[in-house]
Amino acid sequence: MSKRKAIYASKIKRAVHMLFYRRHAKPGVKGWELRKTLGADYPKVLSILDEYLKPLDLQVKMVFEEEKPHSEKPTPEELDKARFYITLRGDLAPKEAKMIGWRIDDLAGLAITIAYIISKKGKAPRKEVEELLREKLPGWKASLNIDRYIRYGYLSQDENEQLYLDWRTRAEVDQKALIELLLSK
Amino acid sequence: MQSKKERVKIGRERLQRIIEMCKAVEERGLDPFLVDVDEIIKVVREFFPDWEQPEDLCLDAEAINRLASVIKLQSEWVKHRSTTLYTDPFLLEEKIKSLDKEAIVEAFLGAWHPIVELEQISLHSLKEALLYWENLPPLKDRWKEFPSPEEAGGVASPEELLRLKILRDKAFTEELENFWNELKREVAEKGENGKIRYWDFIGAETYEETVYRAFLTSFLVTYGYATLEVYPLEDEIFIKPFEKQQRRTAKKQLVSLPIAITREEWEKWKERVKAK
Repeated sequence: MSKRKAIYASKIKRAVHMLFYRRHAKPGVKGWELRKTLGADYPKVLSILDEYLKPLDLQVKMVFEEEKPHSEKPTPEELDKARFYITLRGDLAPKEAKMIGWRIDDLAGLAITIAYIISKKGKAPRKEVEELLREKLPGWKASLNIDRYIRYGYLSQDENEQLYLDWRTRAEVDQKALIELLLSK
Repeated sequence: MQSKKERVKIGRERLQRIIEMCKAVEERGLDPFLVDVDEIIKVVREFFPDWEQPEDLCLDAEAINRLASVIKLQSEWVKHRSTTLYTDPFLLEEKIKSLDKEAIVEAFLGAWHPIVELEQISLHSLKEALLYWENLPPLKDRWKEFPSPEEAGGVASPEELLRLKILRDKAFTEELENFWNELKREVAEKGENGKIRYWDFIGAETYEETVYRAFLTSFLVTYGYATLEVYPLEDEIFIKPFEKQQRRTAKKQLVSLPIAITREEWEKWKERVKAK
C-alpha cells in the first residue's frame, strides 16, 4: 500500500469512529471538528467513505445550517459550520420501520406534520397541525405526538406556538421527494 | 379643520395599528400579502412632516422597520413559490385527508433516510474506566473532606415555618397568582411601556419582606408569568408581566440570571425612594 493510500485509510477509519458513534447530545459531527481531526482535506476523506458505504446502503449526509441550493458549491466556512451524519441511503420497508421502534400511526403523523409544514413554507401554527392530525388520530394523541416529534428533533416550536422543521428532519427527510410521493399517491 | 394636536394623535394611532398588523403577520405566519405596502407607505409619508418629538420619530422608524420585515416575508414567499418545493397547502391538505395511514407511511418511507448511530463499549474505554476506578478513592475517604454539620437537623413544624415566614398561610399557587396581579397593577400605575424597575417592584419596608418578594418574583419569571429585561450598560433590570402565562418552548434556551439582594442594595434603594 502506498504511503498516500495508507494515510487515507487511517483517516477513513477515524472518520467512521467520529460519524458512527455519538459524541454529543445530538448525533452528527460538525465540519470544523472533522477538519481538526482529519485535516483540511476532510471533504475528500468523506467522499471516499461515502463510496465505501454505498454497497451497504448507507451514505454520508451533509446538512447546512441554512437551506442551500444544490447547484452552489459550499465554501470552506459553510462546510465548517455544516453537520455531517451517516444516514440510510435507500428506503426502509414498512416492516423495517416497525422494527426500529415506530408505530405506523406515529410515523404517519410525522409524515403529515412534516408535509404540512413544508407546504406552509416551513412554519405552521401548532393548532392547525393538531387539527389535521385529529382527523385520523385521537385528540390526546395528536398533541402528545407533536411533543414527541419536538423531543426527537424533527420539529421545534417557538413562543407563539408556531412549529418549524428542525435538525433531524433536515438530516433525514428528502422534503422534495416526500411532497412528490404524497401527491402522486 | 383638525388641530395639530389631533392630527398627531391620529397619526400615532395609525402608526401603532400598522406596527401591530405587521407584527401579527410576522409572528402568526399570516399571508404577508395581506399587508398593502403602498397604502402603508402613503400613511407613513402623510404623517411624517408632523413628527417633532423623538418618540414619534422612533414610532415612524419602527413602522418602517416592521414594514421592511413584511416585504422580506413577501419576497421569501415569492421565492418559495418559484421553487419545486412549493405545493398548494389546500391541495396537500386534501390529499393527506384522503390517503389512508398505510399510503402516507409508504410515501414517507420513500423519502426518509434515518440517521445511523451506535452506542458500544470498546476495549479502550473499558481500560480507561478500570484505570479511573483504580484511582478513585473510596467514598469514606472522599466524604471525610466535608466537615459534618455542626448542628444536627431537626424537624420543623408547619407553625414554625409560618413563624419564620418560609411558609405562608396560603397555597403557594394562589399567592403567586395574587403576586402576579399585584405586578400587573403596579405596572399599570407606576410602570412605563408595560414594565417596571425590578427594585421598585420587589423593594419593601423591611429587608426580610424584600427578600421574600424577590423569591416570589423568581417564580413569576420561571413559571412564565413575567419576564426580565436586563440592560447591562445602564445597569438596569426591568420586570414585565405577561397578560397570560407563557408556555415554555423547546426552542428557547432557558437562562439563569443571578440577582444579589443584599442589605446594602436594599438600603441604597430605600434612600433613592426617600429622595424621590
